[in-house]
Amino acid sequence: MDKKADVVIIGGGVIGCAAAYYLTKRGKSVIVIEASDNIGNGGSSRNGGGVRQSGRDPRELPLAMYGIEKLWPNLSQELGVDCEYHKDGNLRLGKTQEHLKILQGLTDRATACGLDVRMIDADEVKKINPYLSDEVIGASWCPTDGHANPLVTTLAFYRKARQQGAKFFTGEKVLELRKVKGRVKKVIAEDNVYEGNYVLVAAGYESRDILSSVGIDVPMHKELVECLVTEAQPHMFNQMLGTAEADFYGHQSDHGSFVFGGSSGMELDNLNKGAKNSPSNAAITAPCECRGIMKYFPDLKDAKIVRTWAGEQDVCKDGVPVLGFVDEVPGLVVACGFTGHGFGIAPAVGEQLSRLIVDGETDVDLTPLRYDRFKAKI
Amino acid sequence: MNILSDRSRDIGEFVPAEDDDMLICRCEEVTKGEIRKAVHDGMWTITEIRRYLRTGMGLCQGQTCARLVKGIIAKELGISPAELEPATARSPMRPVEMRVMGNEEA
Repeated sequence: MDKKADVVIIGGGVIGCAAAYYLTKRGKSVIVIEASDNIGNGGSSRNGGGVRQSGRDPRELPLAMYGIEKLWPNLSQELGVDCEYHKDGNLRLGKTQEHLKILQGLTDRATACGLDVRMIDADEVKKINPYLSDEVIGASWCPTDGHANPLVTTLAFYRKARQQGAKFFTGEKVLELRKVKGRVKKVIAEDNVYEGNYVLVAAGYESRDILSSVGIDVPMHKELVECLVTEAQPHMFNQMLGTAEADFYGHQSDHGSFVFGGSSGMELDNLNKGAKNSPSNAAITAPCECRGIMKYFPDLKDAKIVRTWAGEQDVCKDGVPVLGFVDEVPGLVVACGFTGHGFGIAPAVGEQLSRLIVDGETDVDLTPLRYDRFKAKI
Repeated sequence: MNILSDRSRDIGEFVPAEDDDMLICRCEEVTKGEIRKAVHDGMWTITEIRRYLRTGMGLCQGQTCARLVKGIIAKELGISPAELEPATARSPMRPVEMRVMGNEEA
């Protein structure tokens, strides 16, 4: 078993798999190490599938816009698997004046970055999505946003990277990184030692422990998110939906089922008794989500819930990921802290990090997302 | 690590079989051939097959086909079915209307 490669990637999620795909495409040898038994077992398979630009922090918005313009349109064709990508717009809904104020702020900041997003009134919202209830008084509308199937997209990147020669190892927990002559080189795992000229750490919250072995600490915490899935329904709409307070989101999948996420407000204090690598739902959340959904979509009251699921997001201190090289540790590349909105930018992150590793530069400015941005308050 | 860890292990080529059109997951209409092909695409666990093809994601949540899917994957990989972990069971056990789960009507 060859344990040396140009790049060793820690984390077989959508970021790791995308990076593996774009790196092998450019002729690099790649090893991907995944701690769980399944590829894409963390946030990659546990998110709402949003591929959106609106509502994003200006620091990561350019990555989202780049991905939607250059990568998402041809991704299914490129990977040979239907990723169920839809570019049919995102409605961010408001029910109160306070909500509209939040939406206006988000819209102004995104417009300043060159994004086509605007505020629309209740009538226009109804024209775009006639199923919404009268409680919605306005929304922000970004016609170039959309959604895709995160489970399939992650596995499609894995499949293609594997075909291109990337070596994947699952059930292999990384313990620490080790430097050789000042440069990170070795990845010490439970059963093996791997070696790479570059080491990309894309292991979600678990990145924190791994990075601490070379003195790097990304300020973040874990937060549980929970979703529910309905049985297949007749086709209703293709837009991605969110709300001003980001308390509710979802879409109808190609399969016909609805995937809706939301919060109960108890997230930080709920008991999680799930198995290792598979967090459990709290009894309080899905009923709360149902009540929320029925307020927006009264027609769905008889839709049957077939499944609920939960996942942990790696919430970064300032709400955007840490990406790129770290000056203190040559050879190290970081991609973590995606804060619950990593899926939509994953292809762009994978592609741009591969460019950073191969060419030493990127098309999208990643400077605002560097590790060295964190400062104490005094 | 375990028997499934090295995803580059050679499991041979996909060989079409006569019963590839047989429906295995009836809820989501997934055939035996699709499952076998997915194994050759690198989907080596029940969870990965479920996420890739939707086996066990329909109304019965895999209560009908789980054992069959497990057997097909194991055979394709040349391992014992006992080596494969089951997919995570998800609540609710039976499909429940949104208005019932939302507790707004008994």
